[in-house]
Amino acid sequence: MKSFLKKALVIGAISLAPAAFAVDMTGAGATFPYPIYAKWAEAYKAKTGSNMNYQSIGSSGGIKQIKAKTVDFGASDNPVKFEDLEKDGLVQFPAIIGGVVPVINVEGVKPYELKLSPDTLSDIFQGAITNWNDKRIVLNNPGMKMPDLAITVVHRADGSGTTAIFTNYLAKVSQNWKDAVGEGAAVKWPAASSVGGKGNEGVAANVSRVKGAIGYVEYAYAKKNKMTSVSLKNKDGQFVQPDDITFAAAAAGTDWSKIPGMGTFITNASGAKSWPITGASFILLYKNPENKANAAEVIKFFDFAFKDGKKMAEELDYVPMPDVTTDFIRKNVFSKVVTK
Amino acid sequence: MIESTQSHSAPTPQALRIAKLQRIQDFLFHAITQFFALSVLIALLGIMISLVSNAWPALSTFGPGFFFTQEWDIVNGEFGGLIAIYGTLVTSLIALLIAVPLSFGIAVFLTELCPGPLRRPLGTAVELLAAVPSIIYGMFGLFIFAPLFAEYIQPALAATLGQIPGLGILFSGAFNGIGVLCAGLILAMMILPFIASVMRDVFEIVPPVLKESAYGIGCTTWEVVKNVVLPYTKAGVIGGVMLGLGRALGETMAVTFVIGNAHRLSPSLFAPGTSIASTLANEFGEAEAGNHLSSLFALGLALFIITFIVLACAKWMLNNMEKKQGLKT
Repeated sequence: MKSFLKKALVIGAISLAPAAFAVDMTGAGATFPYPIYAKWAEAYKAKTGSNMNYQSIGSSGGIKQIKAKTVDFGASDNPVKFEDLEKDGLVQFPAIIGGVVPVINVEGVKPYELKLSPDTLSDIFQGAITNWNDKRIVLNNPGMKMPDLAITVVHRADGSGTTAIFTNYLAKVSQNWKDAVGEGAAVKWPAASSVGGKGNEGVAANVSRVKGAIGYVEYAYAKKNKMTSVSLKNKDGQFVQPDDITFAAAAAGTDWSKIPGMGTFITNASGAKSWPITGASFILLYKNPENKANAAEVIKFFDFAFKDGKKMAEELDYVPMPDVTTDFIRKNVFSKVVTK
Repeated sequence: MIESTQSHSAPTPQALRIAKLQRIQDFLFHAITQFFALSVLIALLGIMISLVSNAWPALSTFGPGFFFTQEWDIVNGEFGGLIAIYGTLVTSLIALLIAVPLSFGIAVFLTELCPGPLRRPLGTAVELLAAVPSIIYGMFGLFIFAPLFAEYIQPALAATLGQIPGLGILFSGAFNGIGVLCAGLILAMMILPFIASVMRDVFEIVPPVLKESAYGIGCTTWEVVKNVVLPYTKAGVIGGVMLGLGRALGETMAVTFVIGNAHRLSPSLFAPGTSIASTLANEFGEAEAGNHLSSLFALGLALFIITFIVLACAKWMLNNMEKKQGLKT
């Protein structure tokens, strides 16, 4: 049945291909980079006539789809380990950078006004701090008047790359969190007050409806919805606000060439200006793909995106990959994919 | 007359041909409808088999204790279904406790007391409520109902019911708005029109002569409803309640919005929890193959079994009642 379908698809592709010399690529995975991939796809189609169809079905879904070979590339916010890449004959590279930001709903607190240290943040999400007037929060914010208001922790109810980045950060800064909770696309949230929302929009809706709530969403999402975010203390001890500058600073400190498979979270990066909860979204390709023409087109697409897509990324509040890294990707990742 | 026509006209070849054709038609019709009916059974069997086979890895790893364990730790691969099963049962129970008396009142009013011109618009309004998609109820619940619930209803409940010794623990905790009780209330709103419209329909089939006789000997409306209408329509009323319960047990989107989606067991109804359907909706798409996915299938199996038990109980109750009824008369 499958082979029949494949044949039918191949025949279909052959009969369509000569019409315009355009290729229809398909990709699936992470929801977080979907807006920028869609924008790049539009620009790429205008330039070359080739279509890039991206389905934002979630990071785990993206990994499943590329393994099932139903798409030309997979996308995931949760990087695949190098051993697993080798085992499945895949290559991985980061395509775009973004940040995860804590968002709060505390009356009278202005955006970025509240400062939180890593310990305080992890204690809040662990349920050790249960009220906004807790002295550890006040200690981070001398002179600020915090209300007597119970804290409600809001987290993603569905498995998510955003959660993977966020819990990776908490596990890095708090041994306690690492031992008791761990990290992953979905974890067992320990705070007694914790509530789950489905998707970024679910978390956002819960945070804005429940007084005293704290949650975490993608930066672009928080910005678009004008949510109140906080300042975080980074590895260098500086309090920073989330924006494209601090995300770029965090990314600049990462030497991707040293990491096998390029799979890493950029959390708790060093640098005075680095936003501590930054992450990249990754693309997965087969080294020896079945549909070589499409794989070649996927590579051309991302080459185009790295070269001409920077402005579009910035407009949508993403951070494009630095040139050093994109050169490295061209030389060391794209070259590994057999396209002929 | 018939005999005479039969006696002197043997069936012509044409008539025989028509008869043969009709027989074939009948046979085909029989076979086709039978196939349709059987396909339901085949689908049911297929669902059962795929649920059990997919749930098997989890059930064999965690044993039957899966259904009584409250652990749900995706990172460490420990799974148990108790919290979701508890959430499903409790939210449905709350929904029934609220929706059944309300629907009963609505149905009695519409059939017995309502002035003629109001009857149709009110009845249509109740039916329209049933046509509202569940996602709308979910959005209404999260965006409008939950904040009001947290602001006014929860403090009021905590100050009154929450003060009763023993019962008070059900109404304690932070006033979040979202939680098990909120989910139960939204569910009540959702199943109310189903139960109410079924009840109204069955109340309407009570022969007027029975009711009029009761009124004639001086019964009050309540006495008529209690002694004439209800006994006459028991089967239909229970059917309506079960229909509502079935919807409450399987409701997914609306519950996901307001239940809080937290894998935690708390005695308080104010606390967030989770139900089987909402857990499946949240986690299925991103579950890794292995124990997590298999545990989700096991939860699905649990929901299937719960619904089956509910239906079986309803059928059994109806049968029992009919038997008793038979003995009495």
